[in-house]
Amino acid sequence: MTIVEKIMAKHAGLDSVKPGQLIEAKVDKVLANDITAPIAIKQMRESGVKQVFDKDRVILVPDHFAPNKDIASAEQCKVLREFAREQNLTNYFEVGRMGIEHALLPEQGLVLPGEIIIGADSHTCTHGALGAFATGVGSTDVSAAMISGESWFKVPDTIKFVFNGKLNKWVSGKDLILYLIGKIGVDGALYKAMEFAGSTIEEMSIEGRLTIANMAIEAGGKCGIFNPDQKTLDFIKSKTDAEFTASYSDPDASYLEIIEYNTTDIEPQVSFPHSPANTRAISDVGNVVIHQSVIGSCTNGRIEDLRVAAGVLKGRKIHRDVRLIIFPATQEIYLQAMNEGLIETFIKSEAVVSTPTCGPCLGGHMGILAKGERSIATTNRNFVGRMGHPESEVYLSNPAIAAASAVLGKIGSPDEI
Amino acid sequence: MKTKGRIWKFGNDINTDEIIPARYLNTSEPDELAKHCMEDADPEFANKVQKGDIIVAGSNFGCGSSREHAPIALKAVGVACVIAGSFARIFYRNSFNMGLPILECADIFENVEEGDVIDVTLDSGLITLEKNGKMLQAEPVPGFMQALIKEGGLMNYVTEKIKNKK
Repeated sequence: MTIVEKIMAKHAGLDSVKPGQLIEAKVDKVLANDITAPIAIKQMRESGVKQVFDKDRVILVPDHFAPNKDIASAEQCKVLREFAREQNLTNYFEVGRMGIEHALLPEQGLVLPGEIIIGADSHTCTHGALGAFATGVGSTDVSAAMISGESWFKVPDTIKFVFNGKLNKWVSGKDLILYLIGKIGVDGALYKAMEFAGSTIEEMSIEGRLTIANMAIEAGGKCGIFNPDQKTLDFIKSKTDAEFTASYSDPDASYLEIIEYNTTDIEPQVSFPHSPANTRAISDVGNVVIHQSVIGSCTNGRIEDLRVAAGVLKGRKIHRDVRLIIFPATQEIYLQAMNEGLIETFIKSEAVVSTPTCGPCLGGHMGILAKGERSIATTNRNFVGRMGHPESEVYLSNPAIAAASAVLGKIGSPDEI
Repeated sequence: MKTKGRIWKFGNDINTDEIIPARYLNTSEPDELAKHCMEDADPEFANKVQKGDIIVAGSNFGCGSSREHAPIALKAVGVACVIAGSFARIFYRNSFNMGLPILECADIFENVEEGDVIDVTLDSGLITLEKNGKMLQAEPVPGFMQALIKEGGLMNYVTEKIKNKK
């Protein structure tokens, strides 16, 4: 069996499962945010059930329109806060303690190998980087799981993606996943589990793996998952004492398909509007003038990303016609960036540094685009209107390219500065 | 259950930001969301659509975010049914949970034009074009989901299960 099949079988109390099989499985963590939780909470109230199944396993993070961007958003966040108090939830993260949920959970030791995690946020697939089966669902599914501790799943087929080779200069996990989506399309892994392996992955940091798993949904994937290795175990140990049983794919596991890529062919990638699959190598981008650069999000707002950006920006000022908005993904990352002097580098380069929020990534607040404006961003989606006006444009890239582009005033590589 | 309506046609990969842009997600009130339904794909859609109309789309309808606001907005604006070549999986689950009828039909897109009127039998997945009587067959709703519908939806099913345990 694959790692996903083993995790599903274990949580369903079965010896084995097969792709296509419907199961009811126990879930270890149930996650929602200020946009999706209010609907889930309302549904729970209507059901008449008074208590969540486990106050330690229901996680609420106000991160999308928080700190509250307007009165309506404030009301939504208030729903979470009051529910968390009433239910005595251990893992409610108020502004000041919070971060973008998919950066926050691994950091807080709330993701363990072998777990099933569902979240009313499509990027819940991020947590597969640590060997959990993690998938996005809607508010109703979260509500049902909040009261029952269970959810139903169709066991997915698994596609294995193997990356071998050393990474080229300025290439990171973000480029590998953009390249992959460019190859297979935004529905190339529809309903499928995406398992990542190969020598490149073995060499890659946990941060890089989180970025790759994060964008599995952008290929239509049900989850992105990595078999835990020593790096995973060391990472978990540094965050929590909680016990867990990891699962691993068998050597003879059955895959729908195995797709191999050689990373020596992969340059930094840029996804042009309006699809993550609309990728070009940085050398094929041409002259694309930008008005804004956004570095952060659940995709690329971790310390490693900020270090790369600061490395490019150190001693430089950004282009006078560009706004550079940098948002560390959690308070802990923010503090670490400050201690490492990265924040000083950003401010001296004339970037704005924001409190953690999903804000600009989904066109919520803190960096909205006007009609006709263009932004490069280390975020995950570049759909029509994603960052503001329906006639604005978003280009997706890694943090090095986004930082260099802010200096150049057009999309380009640090080598062009 | 049968429904008859006029078709609005959209292409492939219609994402949830097009169905209901994130800038309107500071509420989950259906009537508010309905005003902006499909706004970034067709700004006039909410004004043009009439109760009972049907959306036909290509592949991967509803890709992107997990917002249940997408099926809520479609339902509230009066869309009776969405028929697409395929659906993104979270949207598929959400529509089912929200009671928005959706059908997968591989050859619908090539066979209909915007403004055509179709008859849809939801249980069997049979689609009939009014203009020429042509019939198309959508995938029937999976048995497990039909069973959940009979139980009164996911929340009822789970609530009953909890009661029975106690």
